[in-house]
Amino acid sequence: MISRSLIVFIPAGYPNKDKTVDFMLSANAGVIELGIPFSDPIADGETIQRAYFSALSAGFKLKDVFWIVRKFREQSDTKLVLMSYYNPIYKVGIEDFIVNAVSAGVDAMLVVDLPFDEADEFVKVCRDFGMKNVFLAAPNTREERLRVIDELSEFVYLVSTYGVTGIRNKVSDLAFKALERAKKICKKPLAVGFGISKREHVLELFRAGADGVVVGSAIVKLIEQFGEKADDRIEEFTRALTSET
Amino acid sequence: MRFGEFGGRYVPEILIPALEELERAYSELKDDEDFRKELDYYLKNYAGRPTPLYFAKNLSKELGMKVYLKREDLLHGGAHKINNTLAQALLAKFMGKERIIAETGAGQHGVATAMASALLGLKCRIYMGALDYERQKMNVFRMKILGAEVVPVESGSRTLKDAINEALRDWAESFETTHYLIGSVVGPHPFPTIVRDFQSVIGIETKKQILESEGRLPDAIVACVGGGSNAMGIFYPFLKDRVRLIGVEAGGEGIETGRHSASLTAGSKGIFHGMLSYFLQDEDGMIADTHSIAAGLDYPGVGPEHAHLKDSKRVEYTAVTDKEALNAFLKLSKLEGIIPALESAHALAYLERDETLKGSVAIVNLSGRGDKDLGIVMEVLK
Ligand SMILES: Cc1ncc(COP(=O)(O)O)c(C=O)c1O
Repeated sequence: MISRSLIVFIPAGYPNKDKTVDFMLSANAGVIELGIPFSDPIADGETIQRAYFSALSAGFKLKDVFWIVRKFREQSDTKLVLMSYYNPIYKVGIEDFIVNAVSAGVDAMLVVDLPFDEADEFVKVCRDFGMKNVFLAAPNTREERLRVIDELSEFVYLVSTYGVTGIRNKVSDLAFKALERAKKICKKPLAVGFGISKREHVLELFRAGADGVVVGSAIVKLIEQFGEKADDRIEEFTRALTSET
Repeated sequence: MRFGEFGGRYVPEILIPALEELERAYSELKDDEDFRKELDYYLKNYAGRPTPLYFAKNLSKELGMKVYLKREDLLHGGAHKINNTLAQALLAKFMGKERIIAETGAGQHGVATAMASALLGLKCRIYMGALDYERQKMNVFRMKILGAEVVPVESGSRTLKDAINEALRDWAESFETTHYLIGSVVGPHPFPTIVRDFQSVIGIETKKQILESEGRLPDAIVACVGGGSNAMGIFYPFLKDRVRLIGVEAGGEGIETGRHSASLTAGSKGIFHGMLSYFLQDEDGMIADTHSIAAGLDYPGVGPEHAHLKDSKRVEYTAVTDKEALNAFLKLSKLEGIIPALESAHALAYLERDETLKGSVAIVNLSGRGDKDLGIVMEVLK
């Protein structure tokens, strides 16, 4: 699913669902990671929290996610990973959710607070309906766990540092060490995310052997700043992120 | 790891090693003789255990039953919370952690955490919803005097659940040096077990005391349920006995108004704060805002062991309203000269509800004292 890919995170429904589709289409992305707003996003920093709260208070509903994916699919083949907290999926029912997501055109599910130990049923339902999985790994994930994550994932999403999402000034040494270690252990492609916001970060990580780099909060900041007019900014920014010159 | 189907460890991968470390340390330490000795020493000489089981004779007469009060309100800090914070702070020391973080609603757990941290020389940061920070100024000041840093949390509903969110975010970054001292029987495994074990001292003492004074076990034990730690603490040693156990949730302005915190009574199964349990949530699985006159009960979830005890029907759960709790608060103060915490007043209020208790022996866990609530009660009575 990824090779030297920029993975662009977009929060669904921020500022509204129509604009979310436009933003997804304007990004120069190898993969779009669409974030489902949640009332209590414990793994996210302030920027993404604000986007989620704003979407929810503007009346965003879970079913709007599938509408967004369907609209996007009418115009794009770009791979799409749906990123969610577990409770919305659990609440509507794993099977209902996955069936809807598959039929809308989602390629893979990444559930932030669902480690594989708790994911037997979820993974089984995904397999049954042809949905792929992406699991998180962290710099402190033990080798035995990393092997299982690798086994279950379409690509492994390596969290670059300790903490939550949000822009950081540089890529931590921890990220490079974790990437080096994961490359030895994992067979699947490796994406690195959390805190990455600059072209030099992206290029550095590609050079170090990452197959994908995730940019999230930096995109959300653009939407925060330019609102409904952020399309061009997102287009420009994502193009610049991966240009070699 | 689970209580029936409930509990579990639903956290981002980054927190798994921290929870594994905690589980290892706890299983090493819990039966260690030196640890037990040290904890017992502090519980006795610092916190004030054992607490009395007091026969409330005036209230008994009024209600037509024998009412005993387990006096956790007499503990240092004014609530049962110190049982857990002393024990977990010792556990943190054993793990070599130098810093403690915790969430607090009313401020009672924050105060108890700040006390244990000061006592054991640990750095301490308390997260508190910005709304609670405003409502509970005196407890904020208490925590600061005790040397803790208190951080108001501005996100979400700005209450207890948001404080837990923020503590989890901190912990994902700081777990190498920091212990998250969670304040109730909630959160990912092994927290619900650890906190229940450390609070069980309440029930163990109660059993001995009631046998001494009545020569038999009680007919019923009643406790309020926020996250559920004081209730688990007093219920746990009685689970296998023929004793009615009753958990009382915060009914707020009435279940039908939607303004309450009764997750067992009116919630549905969900997965949040690391656990599968009952939560107040909407049809999309978004966690609901809650209300209670008792800040310590103002939480949209409940410990997973309570969820199991509800489904297996071992414990009865019900809810009383703000108004009923307030009446019980005033009644105990007048009749016995004891001002209960508004949380504990929920358990007291239940006694008036249940006709079948007449003529029986009932124990109420008086989880805390009411000094902290005087400001709120003054407002309501105006
Ligand atoms: C006095 C008192 N009782 C009860 C509670 C509720 O917590 P739990 O249900 O964990 O006992 C609190 C929480 O702050 C409290 O301060």
